[in-house]
Amino acid sequence: MPDSLALYRMIRYIRRFEERSLDLVRAGEIVSGMHACIGQEAVSAGACATLEPDDIVLSSHRGHGHLLAKGCDPKRVLAEMAGKVTGIDKGRGGSFHPSDFTAGVYNATGTVGHGAGIAAGIAWAAKRAGEPTVVLSFFGDGAVTQGALLEGFNLAGLWQLPVVYICENNRYATTLPVDTAVSGTITGRGEAFGIPSSSVDGQDAETVYAAVSEAVDRARSGGGPSLLEMRTYRYHGHHTFELKTRLKYREQSEIDEWKARDPLDIQAARVPEADRLRVDAEIEAELDEVVRFALESPRPDPADAMDHMYADGFRPRAGVSL
Amino acid sequence: MPKLSYLKALNRALGDEMDRDESVFVLGEDMNFALTNVTAGFLDRFGPDRVVEVPLTEQGFTNFATGAAMAGRRPVVEFQIPFLLLLVFEQITNQANKFLLMSGGQRSVPVTYLMPAAGWRAGWGAQHSDQPYSLFAHMGVKTVLPATPTDAYGLLTTAIRDDDPVVFFGPLAALPVREDVDYADLGPIPLGKGRVHRAGTDVTVVALGHLVHEALAVAEELADEASIEVWDPRSVYPFDWAGLAESVARTGRLVVFDDSNRACGMGAEVLATAAEEMRLTAPPKRVTRPDGAIVGAVPELDVALQPDRAQLAEAIRAVLKSPGW
Repeated sequence: MPDSLALYRMIRYIRRFEERSLDLVRAGEIVSGMHACIGQEAVSAGACATLEPDDIVLSSHRGHGHLLAKGCDPKRVLAEMAGKVTGIDKGRGGSFHPSDFTAGVYNATGTVGHGAGIAAGIAWAAKRAGEPTVVLSFFGDGAVTQGALLEGFNLAGLWQLPVVYICENNRYATTLPVDTAVSGTITGRGEAFGIPSSSVDGQDAETVYAAVSEAVDRARSGGGPSLLEMRTYRYHGHHTFELKTRLKYREQSEIDEWKARDPLDIQAARVPEADRLRVDAEIEAELDEVVRFALESPRPDPADAMDHMYADGFRPRAGVSL
Repeated sequence: MPKLSYLKALNRALGDEMDRDESVFVLGEDMNFALTNVTAGFLDRFGPDRVVEVPLTEQGFTNFATGAAMAGRRPVVEFQIPFLLLLVFEQITNQANKFLLMSGGQRSVPVTYLMPAAGWRAGWGAQHSDQPYSLFAHMGVKTVLPATPTDAYGLLTTAIRDDDPVVFFGPLAALPVREDVDYADLGPIPLGKGRVHRAGTDVTVVALGHLVHEALAVAEELADEASIEVWDPRSVYPFDWAGLAESVARTGRLVVFDDSNRACGMGAEVLATAAEEMRLTAPPKRVTRPDGAIVGAVPELDVALQPDRAQLAEAIRAVLKSPGW
């Protein structure tokens, strides 16, 4: 059974973490900008709550929620977004391509859909080693029109690998509405490969938890992969560049409709108000520390720009020979 | 001494590494029948968990290999046709090769991409005859191109043991090459270490892959005219610039013999670096495929597009005749 208060706490944490991150984007502290998952937090919170510590998550470009829910240190996540050496990837992954092996977050590929095959490879290695590991592979609706994703599905289905594919269908691939991009259905793509597939209300963390639990149990007990389509919505733009471009690809009425089913409100209604207020205050205090840590951490030294390019320390030639 | 062919050297190196290290496994198309012969006998020897037959899903299985490597395995991915490396250029250069950096050094991706049939295959058409090693060097992916069975053994061994992604090009035209070897002498050869196949004092011919054998034949033909050094980088990335500089310091003159297309190929890079950093006494030349060459399906037309002995001999004579800068 899910812990309602813990789920509320995680949704609230992701929401406030990203709202404060957006402030840092506006202030120029997060130079890359970011892909906010605000509105989609129930998917990260509900899905990752089903996992054991050794389970593995593959994230996407809209991944801050996945990282926080999988247990990455929020201080080091925000430091990573701000390009600081104290970040989970020493600032080399940034907001777009973070990984944190200490928390089981292996990758967040920027090439949409390519995590599916990588997830299959990780799951295969774990299965061959006799480990009970389950891999959760997150991607958006934009990924379902990519061939590489379907190739990953095929291998995972063929070899009955312990992967749970989670499609966060937030209805837009950048500006393109899902209905004008996807022929057939998202779940139909899983079914075509013999992968149990279902569509889930992604705004309700406890519904998400129940669906992912079932899929994780199946994967862990040798029953192979699953595909879950999470019907959700992002309240912000694709990326913070939309703060400037103000693209008009969605009607305000549609945004309002989805805000009426805000995952934070849905979960808040399930916990006593006193607990909620206490948790909210704790989160604000913790986030003050997170922001302070990120801002006070040092930026990398340009002399180190070629560090970590090769495992044996090979240094490529410089761009000029003098 | 036993004769070792290039193909048997690959078979031997891969088998030895799979014996030595349980985490090494090989995957590719038609593995169950060892279509390329590189893995002949492996299915019985290592079983289907380590000799993994995959469907026609190059992007899928190349990403799969990245995942398996992140999880501690050392995959060797076999490709049958050179252009498939461009179908998975994204998976190799953008996923596997960038991952160590993107993870801030947390984890490397030790995959070997084995292309045991690189280059032109007579009559097989435009989509089977590419030689794209320069592209991987351009993207900073460790890339090797051994010319001999001993070097093939040594560099495949090193590629598999290396913690970074490495692309291994086995030139099709070099596969039949056989060499007398003492098996006890076979061993890993470091990346980025070139080799003098024939010492000389008048001109350095940098020959790549199967063209090493062509260059040696030309050096022999012209032995009465000039003392030609045939130097083989063996790895195109990292490249043994110090080794090349030593050779050029001896000869002062340079010709590059490279099966890449002319623009932006390894030949171009060698000439540019030599011009910037080395003591050339005369303008150098390169012998390559033409700009943007597409080698098609008619042998006599294809051969006209590939660097050959006559072109090399002509280039060597021109460089030797040059009065200098």
